[in-house]
Amino acid sequence: MIAFLIRRLLQAIAVMAVVALCAFFMFQFVGDPVNQMVGEDATNEDREYLREQLGLNDPIPVQFANFAIKAAQGDFGVSYQHKRKVSILILERMPATLELAVTAAIIAALLGVPAGVYTGLRRFGFTSKLIMTLSLVGISLPTFLIGILLIYLFAVILGWLPSFGRGEVVKLGTWETNYLSVSGLKSIILPAVTLGLFQMTFIMRLIRSEMLEVLRADFIKFARARGLPNRLVHYGHALKNTLVPVITIIGLQLGSLIAFAIITETVFQWPGMGQLFLQAVQVVDIPIMAAYLILIAFFFVVINLIVDMLYYVVDPRLRVDLPSGGGHG
Amino acid sequence: MKRTLLAAITALAMVVAGATGVNAKELRWGFQTDTDSLDPHAHAVTFTIGFLGNVYEGLVRRGADLQIQPALAESWSISDDGKVWTFKLRKGVKFSNGNDFNADDVLFSYNRIADPDAQMKINVASVKEVRIIDSHTIAFETRAPNPILTGRLNSVFIMDKEWSEATGATKVTVMAGDTEKVSPAGQTAMGTGPFIITDRTAQVKTVLVPNPNWWDKATHNLTKVTMTPVKQDSTRVAALLSGELDMAYPIPTQDINRVNSNGGTSVMLGPELRTIFLFMDQNAKNLYGTETKNPFLDLRVRKALYHAINIEAIKKKIMRNLATPSAIMISPLLFDRSGDFNRYSYDPGMAKKLLADAGYANGLSARFDCPNDRYVNDEQICQAVTSMAAKVGIKLSMTAKPKAQYFKQVLDPKNRDYHVGLIGWTPGSFDSHHVVTNLLATYDEKAKTGRYNLSNHSDARIDALNPMIQSESNKAKRDGMIAEVFKRVHDNVYYIPLHQQGLAWGIRDGVSLKQRGDNVFRFRHVNIN
Repeated sequence: MIAFLIRRLLQAIAVMAVVALCAFFMFQFVGDPVNQMVGEDATNEDREYLREQLGLNDPIPVQFANFAIKAAQGDFGVSYQHKRKVSILILERMPATLELAVTAAIIAALLGVPAGVYTGLRRFGFTSKLIMTLSLVGISLPTFLIGILLIYLFAVILGWLPSFGRGEVVKLGTWETNYLSVSGLKSIILPAVTLGLFQMTFIMRLIRSEMLEVLRADFIKFARARGLPNRLVHYGHALKNTLVPVITIIGLQLGSLIAFAIITETVFQWPGMGQLFLQAVQVVDIPIMAAYLILIAFFFVVINLIVDMLYYVVDPRLRVDLPSGGGHG
Repeated sequence: MKRTLLAAITALAMVVAGATGVNAKELRWGFQTDTDSLDPHAHAVTFTIGFLGNVYEGLVRRGADLQIQPALAESWSISDDGKVWTFKLRKGVKFSNGNDFNADDVLFSYNRIADPDAQMKINVASVKEVRIIDSHTIAFETRAPNPILTGRLNSVFIMDKEWSEATGATKVTVMAGDTEKVSPAGQTAMGTGPFIITDRTAQVKTVLVPNPNWWDKATHNLTKVTMTPVKQDSTRVAALLSGELDMAYPIPTQDINRVNSNGGTSVMLGPELRTIFLFMDQNAKNLYGTETKNPFLDLRVRKALYHAINIEAIKKKIMRNLATPSAIMISPLLFDRSGDFNRYSYDPGMAKKLLADAGYANGLSARFDCPNDRYVNDEQICQAVTSMAAKVGIKLSMTAKPKAQYFKQVLDPKNRDYHVGLIGWTPGSFDSHHVVTNLLATYDEKAKTGRYNLSNHSDARIDALNPMIQSESNKAKRDGMIAEVFKRVHDNVYYIPLHQQGLAWGIRDGVSLKQRGDNVFRFRHVNIN
């Protein structure tokens, strides 16, 4: 287990270094930060001075080395646009993104798992067919469109929920939370549903197909033969055996929820890291872009690690350090 | 239990809602971006400077009609040689921390903004020296006579010397190497202006209240202003429609009818100072990156492209009337003799004839580069121009890209990687000389002229008039020289001006305000019933 962890950590560092390197080479094509910073009538000298100050005249490997050495010490430099430290900017915005992603994941799991079980058990029922049809919407409509539709329905027409922002947040130390105020809770509903909709339908469909498969397995037949009640057969035995792939997906999807929150955050003016990143791309704010990409890589690596460890909890076969013999594995 | 709790929360919410509803005149404003920071000297960004103008002031300011008015200076005089401006400073003015305003603060602010790291330094580029005469008199000496110095000084915001020294804000944030030098002026604003920032979370919201000790008589009735950036157009419109914002801009052209028909909201339209125009490389022998002779060296080809453009169609179909076709390179609001000029007519037949005369009876091909996120409907305008040009035989192959990449491509005078392109220009000093020296004079790195002469043309007469326009203080004479320059530009089709794009501000009923052509929103003109 410890060897496994160390191996994983080394892999994580390698992954992040590669992401940083790729990102850095990509930055050569996103445009010119200097033009975004100087006024319309700046002279050539002004531009050249700024270029020199920002270190943009150094060869790219030198730029990368400077960046990597500082980043390793937790210093991502100063944002070109905001003229503040990138580490502070990102830390300020992280709670918003994490709360949004976690809320979206919870909504997706709470609605997706029961819906999946239900449609798996009664796959020919009318309700099941209705749910399955509706879920196509979640899979096929792009996030920003769903977001805009929800805004028009719930904010403009019905006037129930706010159309943008986080509402009144409550400060817990440096962490600003949405969960402790009415306006904060109201504000998080629409973006979280928008962000979680795809995941929800995804989980539902996954559980449904897993359920269909597991319900045909021998051990379910034996369980029924033993006269166990349906509830126990379905939830104790069948559902539990579908969970390994589901946990993998939910875990990995949490990473993508954080990473792809960019679009949802933009639509709802949600002040998270994704929005910060998108804005940085538009004005070629390289320090923010670099820090964000590395951070997202870090999140993916950590989530993967947690998912791997959860397998041990869910699947007893993995706890025995022997190849599993026989069974239906 | 649950029900009691719910009832309590509801009651509390109602009390809170009621308490803020009484006599509070809060303006909730949404714009597409946030101010970059609160530092008044660091950013050369129209919105940032415009927003900070609610908190900071210069020696002079612009009224809603864009005319220069006294502000921190009560009056001023110009020496006979036109080089020394002496300003009498207003007495009894205080910064919002209670410190007195005096000549030391002006000199300090001048030194701070003239720093190479301050992007607003361009506004004092013509100044040679600033001298304190007494505690409330200060002199600005320029290198050459500069009749429009106050057109620049309105953007030179005055900071409190004592406060800056105490907090370590004496310089703008230095970007190089040592990242510890982040200026606190970016997070806190300490000005003399009509409003004070009480709370700010960057990119989320900024809260302002009126400055009770402001020197001027407040004509607004606001008690609070909340500025929220809402980047996405559709979300901003939705927030205005749902009543979460009292004022929002820009409103995209396709949503103007929606906002007007909503009931309770309307769109205020007006011309913006920015001129959108086409440029054609008129210097390269061959089109960039090809062995083809550059057709735009020939005046007839440039004129043909001009005649090919149906500007009324662009105005109606693409801009939905949110544009004013333009015959010159500056907004008519900024040049009194703009009425002397007319566009070349839309005349495809004439265009074809001119092309045939120039030896392009079978047409010609060129690249056409465009931004797609910079100006109102920029990409659609370019598509229209492309298809209009194609009808007379000018085959443009169009590429539209984000501004960050586009400007990198076209704004490098050492590598003019374009044939034809579209760009917009607002003169920073609101004066024609800004256009003449930046866009129309020959590019000369040493003389610092023609930095944005994207057509890369060279006209000796314009070059001769440029310094004369800069220093001429007789308005009629000066306007005559400017008109001569614009006539040369028109006759030689150095550029093809298209239009002044329009402003579209969405406003809730009951809010009255003044719209400025430079797209700057001053809260001091707002009243809410």
